[in-house]
Amino acid sequence: MKRGTKINLLLLLAVAALAVLPLALGLGDHKEEPFTGADAEAETAITELDPDYEPWFSPLYEPPSGEIESGLFALQAAVGAGALAYYFGLRRGRRQGAARAQEQQGAARTPGHDGAEGA
Amino acid sequence: MHIAEGFLPPAHAIAWGAASAPFVVHGVRSLTREVREHPESTLLLGASGAFTFVLSALKLPSVTGSCSHPTGTGLGAILFRPPVMAVLGTITLLFQALLLAHGGLTTLGANVFSMAIVGPWAGYGIYRLLRRYDVPLMVAVFFGAFVADLSTYCVTSVQLALAFPDPSSGFLGALGKFGSIFAITQIPLAISEGLLTVLVMRLLVQSSKGELTRLGVLLTRKTGTEAVAR
Repeated sequence: MKRGTKINLLLLLAVAALAVLPLALGLGDHKEEPFTGADAEAETAITELDPDYEPWFSPLYEPPSGEIESGLFALQAAVGAGALAYYFGLRRGRRQGAARAQEQQGAARTPGHDGAEGA
Repeated sequence: MHIAEGFLPPAHAIAWGAASAPFVVHGVRSLTREVREHPESTLLLGASGAFTFVLSALKLPSVTGSCSHPTGTGLGAILFRPPVMAVLGTITLLFQALLLAHGGLTTLGANVFSMAIVGPWAGYGIYRLLRRYDVPLMVAVFFGAFVADLSTYCVTSVQLALAFPDPSSGFLGALGKFGSIFAITQIPLAISEGLLTVLVMRLLVQSSKGELTRLGVLLTRKTGTEAVAR
């Protein structure tokens, strides 16, 4: 495996470890409901600080269930990941195409010194 | 960092909206100028927006026993400067406010201020500072993304503490409370975001050298040795 690929895999592994460790170590065990959203906890804190506060506006649309909500979150991640994959795939394809064109040119001519930046 | 719909008093909601609006307008201008002058950067702009989209959808568990999500704004701020992220971040927040009931329209101004303005500027500032002192690119990228993420949640804590000061200990007491919910939870996530941003930047260095050079992320004098990677 190339060194660069190894580093990339290590980076991913570190991110995965950071996400899994809190679960594996049971860091949510002291809570009634472990691993709720921090946003929701802030709402609870607000009602503690100011018990009289009433939210004065409610969302125009609310996902009717947890399933629909997680589905929409997955959709958001999928759209983003798809766009990123498209970008990197396109770049790779272009690079390979350019390299091939250069090879064909090089076959016709004697290869010169590299350094011509095709940016 | 999403302040839920209706959870900021009207005066605060309006004030944060007014504070954010000029940044977003300015951002729209720099975004359209970027696209007009460099149409080839549209793709990378899209990729930066996509990165924010992915990362802000990932709710990750953290050491405090609660879940939160990264912001993904550091990458775009480093590549295209912070004004552009004011727009891309706002789009992400709008999506979540309208479809996911996450955040809200009345709190959009406050959420834009933390995630799409302060985060990108703080991250970009650290990145530039480190680069000026010749810190290696990837180290600067890591800390840029880390700071963009963490500062966003610090701002959210300040916003909530301003709106809901503790009856006995006042603003600082409430800041401690919200800070322990948001900022501490966020530290490991900010590290994750830093690592993921470094990963994407490494892939970009491999795939988009010309683009990064034009954007000033890669310096021209350093490109000589990497002819093979093309």
